[in-house]
Amino acid sequence: MLEFMEGSHAVAEIVKRCRPQVISAYPITPQTHIVEDLAQMVANCEIDAEYITVESEFSALSACLGASAAGSRVYSATTSQGLALMFEVCFNAAGMRLPIVMTIANRSLGAPLSIWNDQQDSISLRDSGWLQFYAEDNQETADLHMIAYRVCEDHDILLPSFVCFDGFILTHTFEPVALPTQEEVDAYLPAFNPYQRLDAANPLSFGMYATPEYYMEFRYEIDRALQRANKAFVKAGREFGEQFGRDYSGLVEGYRLDDADTALIAMGSICGTVKDAVDEMRERGRKVGLLKIRAYRPFPAQEIVDALKGVSTVAVLDKNISLGNGGAVGTEVKAALYGSGISVYDYIIALGGRDVRKKDIVAVVDLAEKGEGDLFYGLRTEVL
Amino acid sequence: MTAAELIAYAAFEGGVFSQAFPAFGVERRGAPVQAFVRFSDEKIRLRSQIYEPDYIIVQDPTLIRDVDVFNGMSSGGIAIINTEKPDLDFRVPEGVKVYIIDATTIALEELGVPITNTTLMGAFAAATGEIGLEPLEHALRSRFSGSMADKNVRAAERAYTLIGGAA
Repeated sequence: MLEFMEGSHAVAEIVKRCRPQVISAYPITPQTHIVEDLAQMVANCEIDAEYITVESEFSALSACLGASAAGSRVYSATTSQGLALMFEVCFNAAGMRLPIVMTIANRSLGAPLSIWNDQQDSISLRDSGWLQFYAEDNQETADLHMIAYRVCEDHDILLPSFVCFDGFILTHTFEPVALPTQEEVDAYLPAFNPYQRLDAANPLSFGMYATPEYYMEFRYEIDRALQRANKAFVKAGREFGEQFGRDYSGLVEGYRLDDADTALIAMGSICGTVKDAVDEMRERGRKVGLLKIRAYRPFPAQEIVDALKGVSTVAVLDKNISLGNGGAVGTEVKAALYGSGISVYDYIIALGGRDVRKKDIVAVVDLAEKGEGDLFYGLRTEVL
Repeated sequence: MTAAELIAYAAFEGGVFSQAFPAFGVERRGAPVQAFVRFSDEKIRLRSQIYEPDYIIVQDPTLIRDVDVFNGMSSGGIAIINTEKPDLDFRVPEGVKVYIIDATTIALEELGVPITNTTLMGAFAAATGEIGLEPLEHALRSRFSGSMADKNVRAAERAYTLIGGAA
């Protein structure tokens, strides 16, 4: 049943139903409403969880790391500068193979200070070993949390994940969301069964010193697990679809790509605007489609190649910039499509909360079809 | 933002898809804020801000001096403006119908505070016909409880009747 609610509240409600045992987070715009709601739920005994208040994001994720190692299902949420402060702990959580799920309310990074949306924060942690999922709307955001726990806690994976949704554009938007009941969530997501945990009776060490004889093998194992997460996500997404009727069996999702000459590639809430723009362009006879990237890590290179067969031009929308080398998604799409003969152009767009309209999407397609790309779209040159 | 949320919620209760979202400048009470609402018979995917509104609500008339609140409106549009000064001077685009309401006074009388969200929601419902009184009241009663709910419903109904909605 659809209910009308704020995106942040939908996240808090679904996290509650995922039954985390330990929650630790530090409030930061635009993530704040999520953790306020969860703190309230814990205080009201609606969740049987320990809510650990801390003085920083570094401590929040450290508390989650310890609790996860002790065998608890844990949850955190952050954004932007908060995620930057977690940098060290993020790498440790992945290296210790701890299935933490953390919501990222995507926001730009300073300086200059900006509270508004882009995806620079989570993209900048792309090499950390965390899975990364991006949601188009608040329904998908809620659903991906359940799927994320399933995938992360799979004993073949055992890695943490970000569930990313765009700050303000989704966090603060009220729209209809269907939330499954507690019983339905329990049927999909069984209680956490740790592969190993800290236990005084059976002592173990996590994150030990690794000499040059061992370090590379640890890194190899993490990379293999991330690669396996590809199939685990497809399976968990398909089973989600069977139970709830919303299919997430794709790391990518095509929209009107059949017979398309030009494909846009995007992640997150911008995909909704792109779909509307694609419909309008189709009405005018232009053969345009969208490939939405749902999982950025593991990167779905093969899925992208398969989905774009027959396309001649690709325009990638990057809400991030790898300073000195273009957008992160565009760079990886170009690598995936190397040798395919497809022309791939990258567009840095919507940084720091700049609004994107349907006409901007049309303008990007125009540029790509003229062979003009690898640029910042919509720059106000008069202030440069 | 509260007015946008409540209007979108009432529209959803009335059986359509709706979406409400803010565009924050700075997050503090009293700072100029825009909030947007969309209704549709189909699921709403579009995330851009609204540049060509069918309807606008201006909660603070002093903004009219600094901002072109009618920007993007075209003939057939409806504007609802909260002001205590019915002779307020502003230029209205051709074909846009303007409703003036002293929502601040109604809110002060009914709620005891100059918070005009629910009053203007009643005015919006009457002026546009987009939401009925019943879903409006339902939205208010799920947002507020007890006597606060009663007071807000009364404020909304007063505005609804004043603008000329059939009660």
